[in-house]
Amino acid sequence: MNWLTRVRNSLPFQSKRETNDNLWVKCPNCQEMLFAKEYEENQQVCMRCDHHGRIGADERLNQLLDMGYDLLEQPEVKEDPLKFKDSKKYTDRLKQARAKNPHRDAFSVGSGQIEGRDAVVGVQDFGFMGGSMGMAVGTAFCAGAERALTRNCAYVVVTAAGGARMQEGILSLMQMPKATVMTRRLHEAGLPYIVVLTDPTTGGVTASYAMLGDIHIAEPGALIGFAGQRVIQDTIREQLPEGFQRAEYLRKHGMVDMVVHRHELRDTLANLLDFLQGEKAA
Amino acid sequence: MISYLEFEKPVAQLEARIAELRSAAEGDDVDITKELERLEVKSADLLASTYSSLTPWQKTQVARHPSRPHFRDFVEHIFDDFIPLGGDRNYGDDEAILGGFARLDGRRVVLIGHEKGNDTESRIRHNFGMGKPEGYRKAIRLMELAGRFGLPVVTLVDTSGAFPGIEAEERGQAEAIARSTEACLALPTPMVATIVGEGGSGGAVALASAERVLMFEHAVYSVISPEGCASILWRTAEKAPDAAEAMRVTAQHLKKLKVIDRIVKEPVGGAHRDPEAASKTLGKAIGQELDALAKMSSDEIRRMREERFLQIGTN
Ligand SMILES: [Zn+2]
Repeated sequence: MNWLTRVRNSLPFQSKRETNDNLWVKCPNCQEMLFAKEYEENQQVCMRCDHHGRIGADERLNQLLDMGYDLLEQPEVKEDPLKFKDSKKYTDRLKQARAKNPHRDAFSVGSGQIEGRDAVVGVQDFGFMGGSMGMAVGTAFCAGAERALTRNCAYVVVTAAGGARMQEGILSLMQMPKATVMTRRLHEAGLPYIVVLTDPTTGGVTASYAMLGDIHIAEPGALIGFAGQRVIQDTIREQLPEGFQRAEYLRKHGMVDMVVHRHELRDTLANLLDFLQGEKAA
Repeated sequence: MISYLEFEKPVAQLEARIAELRSAAEGDDVDITKELERLEVKSADLLASTYSSLTPWQKTQVARHPSRPHFRDFVEHIFDDFIPLGGDRNYGDDEAILGGFARLDGRRVVLIGHEKGNDTESRIRHNFGMGKPEGYRKAIRLMELAGRFGLPVVTLVDTSGAFPGIEAEERGQAEAIARSTEACLALPTPMVATIVGEGGSGGAVALASAERVLMFEHAVYSVISPEGCASILWRTAEKAPDAAEAMRVTAQHLKKLKVIDRIVKEPVGGAHRDPEAASKTLGKAIGQELDALAKMSSDEIRRMREERFLQIGTN
């Protein structure tokens, strides 16, 4: 492995800025070197093995929403409410994450249309501190739901998170009931709430808004679960079954409606919206 | 016989000395009453001062104390006419989460909570208080029942977390927890939750998304166990005391953050030193909360509950 590959591999994800600078990216699954521009044009899906790479919020919003959508401003939240410090200060970790990401936190919301159907799309970015759910994520999730309620349209949420933002302690846990207040409001208003589970969606995010959708769609191969695999192994001391906690496994066990290739995601959402909120002129 | 925690060693030594003196004095003419009295006062002072300044990590130990009262103890000391109800009508009955009808000083309630067990056999039966999907689905069933028949819900939360296992994942642990949280929020009747021991992560919040959340003085409530947090952020579980401190897991911290509404005092030396007294204090507190909520309409209660969670962290 040369230094360049090593540097690339150490990147948590390839953001647009980084891929433009580097001509090649390596598929984390089959290790094939892929021409960055082609990989991007292929929606960060490996041309060789079909592995669905992790993508940033803007890329996802651009893939799903029609051009000209409205990007919601990230709501202001109290920063570092616990004055948390482990080996590093939480505020420093935030600064670092922001330097590498065009957004202020891990949840971004676009309001617009999916192939002409009104929709608000919320996207969680694993690239920002592992997509972890803290006050900023929870509040942005709620703001997206609020916008869907105002526009009287569907809310589509693309999840990706290693779990809760530990640096916000209990306040991150409180985002679970908080987000659930809003999914209930959508439900009561008769508005569709569709969840797209992407790699990885685990912990408190899965155990709240990611599992409360009217429809659950998963991307192929995505890791989806409540408990981490190491925790499970340490608890039960058994071999985990083949494909455990992967999208196809969840499909088999009835936790998601369908596993959909990224190339078909936009069309699938549009079709579902036609059933859920009536056909609107495209 | 009480089992002492590491930080209680000085108290343990004094109490052992007192017991020693007592047995030595039996049948003896020497009057040691004075000396005994002196030592007992000293021991009580030491216990009180130790417990008035517990660190978050020490409180975690107290919250997990093997003799700490659990669900069945509270049922015995606080409630009358408990009628246990079982099963999720889908897969099975999970004894990590118990529930049923009960009376609290005459008030009819639906009672739900985690049970950890108090000896090897019962700990295994109750899976150490780690609920599985069928446990949370039983809780959902009971909450819906409470809502339909106009009964308030009282929950007693005491879990290190929901069970992490293959079958639990296959049966939808995440979905069960999410739906249980949702059932709390949808409840049209009053709901009072108390963190009585450990409030561990999603497995706790699934039974604690109430409009009034109480917490025992030495209970802990957190998004991840201090060990888990330490092994991720410090890369060693040995930093658990630091993680407990940094995450603000104590009732005193959580009250300031408005995550909980009321701290329930424990007997000096922790609830495990006098489970009955601890239970009585808790029963009284829950009763007061229920009475205050009984005056509100369904809409008011639900709005209050929703606002509570929408507001947390904003002030
Ligand atoms: Zn590949």
